[in-house]
Amino acid sequence: MINNVILAASTAEGGQAAARSAWLVIAIPLISAGLLLLAGRKADKWGHLLGVAASAASFVISLWVFADLLKNGSSDINLAWWINGGFTLDFGLQIDQLSMAFVLLVTFVGTLIHIYSIAYMAHDRDRRRFFAYLNLFVAAMLLLVLANSYLVLFVGWEGVGLASYLLIGFWNQRSEYAVAAKKAFIANRVGDFGLLVAMMIMLGEFGSVSFAAVLPDAAVLSPTTLTLIGLALLLAACGKSAQFPLQSWLGDAMAGPTPVSALIHAATMVTAGVYLVVRSGPIFEGAPGARLAVLIVGAVTLLYGAIVGCAKDDMKKALAASTMSQIGYMMLAAGLGPVGAVFAIMHLLTHGFFKAGLFLGAGSVMHAMRDQVDMRRFGALGKFMKITWLTMMAGWLAILGIPPFAGFFSKDKIIEQAFVAPAGQVWQGWAFGLVAMFGAGLTAFYMSRLFFMVFQGKARWTDDQHPHESPGLMTVPMVILALGSVFGGLILTVVKFDDYLAPALVEGHHGEPVVNAYAIMAATLVLVLAGAWIAWAKFGSAKAVVPVLPPAADGLVRAARADLYQDTVNHGLFVRPGQALVAGATKTDNSVVDGAVRGLAWLFLRTGGLIARLQNGYARSYAATMLAGVILLVAIVLAGRI
Amino acid sequence: MSVTAYLLLASVIFVIGATTVLVRRNSIVVFMGIELMLNAANLAFLAFARMWGNVEGQLAAFFVMVVAAAEVVVGLAIIVSLFRTRRTVSVDDENLLRH
Repeated sequence: MINNVILAASTAEGGQAAARSAWLVIAIPLISAGLLLLAGRKADKWGHLLGVAASAASFVISLWVFADLLKNGSSDINLAWWINGGFTLDFGLQIDQLSMAFVLLVTFVGTLIHIYSIAYMAHDRDRRRFFAYLNLFVAAMLLLVLANSYLVLFVGWEGVGLASYLLIGFWNQRSEYAVAAKKAFIANRVGDFGLLVAMMIMLGEFGSVSFAAVLPDAAVLSPTTLTLIGLALLLAACGKSAQFPLQSWLGDAMAGPTPVSALIHAATMVTAGVYLVVRSGPIFEGAPGARLAVLIVGAVTLLYGAIVGCAKDDMKKALAASTMSQIGYMMLAAGLGPVGAVFAIMHLLTHGFFKAGLFLGAGSVMHAMRDQVDMRRFGALGKFMKITWLTMMAGWLAILGIPPFAGFFSKDKIIEQAFVAPAGQVWQGWAFGLVAMFGAGLTAFYMSRLFFMVFQGKARWTDDQHPHESPGLMTVPMVILALGSVFGGLILTVVKFDDYLAPALVEGHHGEPVVNAYAIMAATLVLVLAGAWIAWAKFGSAKAVVPVLPPAADGLVRAARADLYQDTVNHGLFVRPGQALVAGATKTDNSVVDGAVRGLAWLFLRTGGLIARLQNGYARSYAATMLAGVILLVAIVLAGRI
Repeated sequence: MSVTAYLLLASVIFVIGATTVLVRRNSIVVFMGIELMLNAANLAFLAFARMWGNVEGQLAAFFVMVVAAAEVVVGLAIIVSLFRTRRTVSVDDENLLRH
């Protein structure tokens, strides 16, 4: 009801033809995905072109919608009534500053990665299916961010989970890849449970799950209820965004083709959790406990990812650990409230550019090195792959946060905001601030390690490797993303991204960090340079020797190589008991339930066998039975008489 | 003569008929056993009709005779046709419909 009133009000304000066509942004890639999947092998010749066209069309329309948004303001568009029972739910889209920032990122980076994939997947006989899944992902992701209610968001949320599963397991002829896909899906299901719980509580309290009904009135709920909703939403965000303790799937998700890692597991899908937390800002505003949980999860994950990243020799897994850590930064910022949320989204956008660029660069390196991912087998590639080298350098400097590259403007702000303490909680500012700052130093170390091991030092290739630069279809998207990595942060700052985003967020007040902001910036830079210098000394300089086999190492490095034993913990805590439960249930089913059924069947079979002997086929024997029956009847009748 | 003597005779004939049906294999003899049982029943009917002095029992006896005649026609036809196809009249060999 409330929803409908607001809808009527918002659509009455202006014509907004563009906003009304926003559904096309979702529909086009969805239809394209359906076509590609249904057409089968017939579409092999042109499937990739349709995929790229659908994504590009989506981008063009979203630009139009974006222009309309800047002119006419946000709007809430009702497309169809959906559920009409105990409560009403309309299927609608919300066009506002936050959702459009995501839509532009998803469609723009998505289109670039579609183009890149044409060349990257050129030799794969299932390229058409790959593009169908990519389009499906784009459609689901856009539905997720454009949704005007938690339930519509949930549809997109599950859609991206499905696309992620299909793409991680794209080469499912290798069983470990199929296992990785299942692992990602199951970890995501755990998070989905949180979202479902949150929606149930909202339904119970408001009788609605639409943003327009829930978020403005969130403050009327008791802090306990809000904390419950907040924690459930945080669980959902942890699953989707690979945050501690549900992060273990992201490393294995690198089994998917590299463009997938770039688009889904770096730039867009994994940031959906951050979107959820920022979108639900009013709920977290009223629940300090849940906000603190978000901060802790973010801080733990950013260190966790950074530590794991320092020890990984698999180039893609190192980047995955880095993604985890960077999303930890975003979570941390999102937990800081509306002011931090602006920088969370800003970092999300810059990260979308530089991390996608880094992954595409990694794909280009793999393309040149016969799908080798072991960084110990690279080295000195900078001379042979000039464009890849330069674009990855842009991404590397951006993630380090060297001014004026993109990461500096977003990450440095997050670190500064982390030092802002709520009133009377000075320790909080120091704790999160120092963690974020230390994380920046670690980031500098592991990213420099990656960069130097791949591009500098001596060549450590195997004999059959002949590195060469990738074709133009791959390098052009990389160059565009590299430009974004160089100038993205500067542009976002110049156009006052925080003012742009403000209408979509709750009111927030700027706090002062516990120490001087310039001191923080300087200290961060010193740490970053120190981290990079250590990496240079160990892996990049002319004197550095990188063994082609991982050397024996102390406990911390061994733990980091094994993802800090999270898999072992999960295995012991959940998988083993789960398997024992399943084994027990199977045994009970076989012996007790099936046993009863089989026993009953055996009983009837035996009885039947005995009775069947009477049916011997001799007419005289039947006649005798009849006679016996008659005599019996007569006897009974006579007995009754007497 | 009392009705008991008739009934005794009827039951003796019935038992002979029933035994014939149960122990003989030749289907024509089995058939004759059936006829004996029917006629034993007829005798009982007539004895009772005479005892009570009414005609219902006699009517029933005629009815049984008519049904028995029809049955003989059908039954003998079946036996003849069975003999033609299977060259035997033994009831124990007629087991085509056995489970």
